[in-house]
Amino acid sequence: MPTLEVPSTFRMGARLSIPVALGYFVISFAFGLYWAQGGLPPVASAVVSATNLSSSGQFAGLNVFLAGGAAVELALTTVLVNLRYVLMSFSLGQRLDPSIGTLRRLAIGYGITDEIYALAMTRPVVRFRFFLGLTVLPVLGWTGGTLAGALVGDVLPASVQSAAGILLYAMFIAIVLPPSRSSTAVQAVIATAAAAGVLLAVVAPGLAPGWRIIVAAVAASAVGATFFPAERP
Amino acid sequence: MSLGAAILLTAAVTYLLRVLPITVFRRQIRSRWVRSFLAYTPYAVLTAMTIPAVFLATSTWVSAAVGFALAVVLALRGRSLITVALVAAAGVWVTEFVLAAA
Repeated sequence: MPTLEVPSTFRMGARLSIPVALGYFVISFAFGLYWAQGGLPPVASAVVSATNLSSSGQFAGLNVFLAGGAAVELALTTVLVNLRYVLMSFSLGQRLDPSIGTLRRLAIGYGITDEIYALAMTRPVVRFRFFLGLTVLPVLGWTGGTLAGALVGDVLPASVQSAAGILLYAMFIAIVLPPSRSSTAVQAVIATAAAAGVLLAVVAPGLAPGWRIIVAAVAASAVGATFFPAERP
Repeated sequence: MSLGAAILLTAAVTYLLRVLPITVFRRQIRSRWVRSFLAYTPYAVLTAMTIPAVFLATSTWVSAAVGFALAVVLALRGRSLITVALVAAAGVWVTEFVLAAA
């Protein structure tokens, strides 16, 4: 019944993605400011954003890099921070038009972010062009915002730079806390991660920040999975 | 490690996580424990990244604590990402302004 078909064209995807692209510009601007504080070349920040397309992943990676972390630490931190994409990719895979070949799947994989995934899942069957439409503008917003932030960050007064230092953390808080209001499981995971993070900082101050995040996050996720196994993913 | 190598490494790792399930492993994850673990990692990771690092994110822990408290209160009230971030940053700026004047 074609009349019941929801529009799934490239254009429709692009139109739906406009708010995401604008939001990405703002968040990645904060990442760019943070990048500038690390004293790294601004243009490289755009390369990071265009190739990684992941806010918390890039932020964690940058911290590990600036702390002089080794490749293993950097890779493991990136895996853990971005582990949720595995789950999203699995569930998106169930919705992808089965006729989509491997080459096109390789292209789709690049664009799986929290928000693009959420938009794609509004369709019972996800077509290639629609997904492509969802991806293009957010990638531009993400990369452009990063570069703008990295360029502006160099010339901001110290007081504003200090205030900007809290932007990304505040965003993480805004992502994590609202779902905790209605979920004991999420509360338990957050409490465990916070307690483990503080404990590790106190008892093992020599441990690199990346490793502390890895240990605390694995422990908290394991506590959640063991004591609050999810009903359905 | 050079910056270029670090970018290449993180990009490759991130891409593999995203692309393998829709290309190589095209099945559902059976284990309930593994599914739950994956579902909880975002909360665990973001919390572990924030605490205790947030208290060292500004020029003094006092202003960071004010920004943190503002972010927690606004987030629990369900305010948007941008509002939470900007109010927290404004709180930091005002606190440091007051501390400098005092």
